[in-house]
Amino acid sequence: MNEEEYRIFGRPEVMEDRPTHFCPGCGHGIIQRMIGEVIDELGIQERAICIGSIGCTVTSYAYFKVDGLEAAHGRAPAVATAIKRCHPELIAFTIQGDGDLASIGMAEIVHACARGENFTVIFANNATYGMTGGQLAPTTLLGMYTSSTPLGRSEKQAGFPIRVSEMLATLDGPSYIARVAVHTPANVRKARKAIEIAFRAQMAGLGLSLVEVLSMCPINWKVEPRQAPAWMNEKMIPQYPLGEFKVIPEVERLRRSMRG
Amino acid sequence: MSERTLMGGNIAVAEGAILAGCRAYFGYPITPQNDLLEHMAHRMPEVGGVFLQTESELAAINMVYGAAATGIRAMTSTSSPGFSLQQEGISYMAGSETPAVIANIMRAGPGLGNIGGAQGDYMQCTRGGGHGDYSLICLAPSTVQEMMDLTMLAFELADKYRNPVIVMADGFLGQAMEPVVMRDPVRALPEKKWAITGAKGRPKNLINSFEMNPIDHPARIKLLLEKWERMRQQEMRYEGLNLEDAEIVLIAFGSAARSGLSAMQMARRNKIKVGLLRPITVMPFSYQPLADLAERGCKFVVAEMSGGQMLEDVRMAVGNDSEIRLVNSYGGVPLTADAIFEALDLLV
Repeated sequence: MNEEEYRIFGRPEVMEDRPTHFCPGCGHGIIQRMIGEVIDELGIQERAICIGSIGCTVTSYAYFKVDGLEAAHGRAPAVATAIKRCHPELIAFTIQGDGDLASIGMAEIVHACARGENFTVIFANNATYGMTGGQLAPTTLLGMYTSSTPLGRSEKQAGFPIRVSEMLATLDGPSYIARVAVHTPANVRKARKAIEIAFRAQMAGLGLSLVEVLSMCPINWKVEPRQAPAWMNEKMIPQYPLGEFKVIPEVERLRRSMRG
Repeated sequence: MSERTLMGGNIAVAEGAILAGCRAYFGYPITPQNDLLEHMAHRMPEVGGVFLQTESELAAINMVYGAAATGIRAMTSTSSPGFSLQQEGISYMAGSETPAVIANIMRAGPGLGNIGGAQGDYMQCTRGGGHGDYSLICLAPSTVQEMMDLTMLAFELADKYRNPVIVMADGFLGQAMEPVVMRDPVRALPEKKWAITGAKGRPKNLINSFEMNPIDHPARIKLLLEKWERMRQQEMRYEGLNLEDAEIVLIAFGSAARSGLSAMQMARRNKIKVGLLRPITVMPFSYQPLADLAERGCKFVVAEMSGGQMLEDVRMAVGNDSEIRLVNSYGGVPLTADAIFEALDLLV
């Protein structure tokens, strides 16, 4: 048998042949792969622009064979706005964590949504600042222990967690906003579908598309990697329900036309 | 083409940018540069460019970063408090070798200060201002004509060195009206093989300033440092007037240089041998010409609209043995020719 017959699970064409820098049990690798699969499927490698941000997503552009740019902390939506305004034919996507998008970059994402900029945001929410060692994030759950909330997050001291997808869905500019998760194979399949819809919405010029992906961070949650999916199911999903929060009619039609 | 048009200083920056091929402008309202943004709001669509009023100066500079990364000539304009916010983006552009032009139409500070013209961002403009050690070229126009010409030069130098370039003017100059000779538009723009335009038929391009492993970083920084050294060696510009027989050298840039010119003429009428050295690039600074004048035994008067910032560069240039006086204004008021003349007279 040749090598091709053996292979049941290959690397997407667009992905570089290199190990990721993610920790064991982290959800980011799955997110990267899903994006890679969608780029392959849509045949957009030659016009895709990957905009990395700050945090665990910092080297996102290192994993794809597409042109890339590293944005300052929280500013990826501003960079993507300019790239798409100057070159509407390109397909721009940002990969941003919860600290980047929902804390320091809140102004940029809100205004990019309000303007209905035509790019795609993959928003990885793991309820903590992974890269800097697990501090309080805007999405940290009430009661959750982090390195900067040693007694657990209290609403009195640190306020309430932000539901980004619901909040941005109140704006008129976005075409598609969904929250998905990567803690089970079934959810990964749904997440991949949502990412594909988001990219297709951009290709159709329908306005900003955003997929919030709940992602495991076992190291900073201080749970075993194998227990992280259960932790997500029990703790995160009740606070961050999965589903679609904004689907404009054009995206609905586009989704119906998709196979699978 | 030598058509003369009456034009405001800020408008001349905008028109100079368009002549230089700038096709993307991002900005946020702040006095005294609002007319620049407003002018771009209708001019960019006219020339097929992109205009966007942004949610903040932070967003504006990061949009300039994104647009310039695709190879387009892009700019923003702002005034002092907004320029402070933009330091982050400027540092990223310097680190990732992304060329762009930032016009800072300075107002009085610190803090909110006021909307009067000032030159108090001298240190911030000439020393980089953002984090990390990087260098920028900083051009200081002193007429409306120069607002146009130096903005055009700024785009050329930005592309030449793949580095952000600052056009630093004060609010008085931004609001001044003067006749301007329109320049010819730049037709041939440089090719930018490094730009992110989609990895089609070539390996991917990356615009970044990050190295995960510190071991790999010094080699990259060394190349940048060498580039900035070349820039400092090759791009220093200044205007010298009556320096040949000068016993007192007046150093001033921007609006202060205009008062300085009048003061020099008053002094000459009074038989005081004054010359004017006007830095056109305040970075790289005119260290060598000033050192040569110090060698000749000249005395120096620094005239600036700040607490005395360029004064430090002049001191560095001429050494501790030369006599230097500072004459200045601050808080958003102009520096008058009379005040400068008085300082010159005192040195005799």
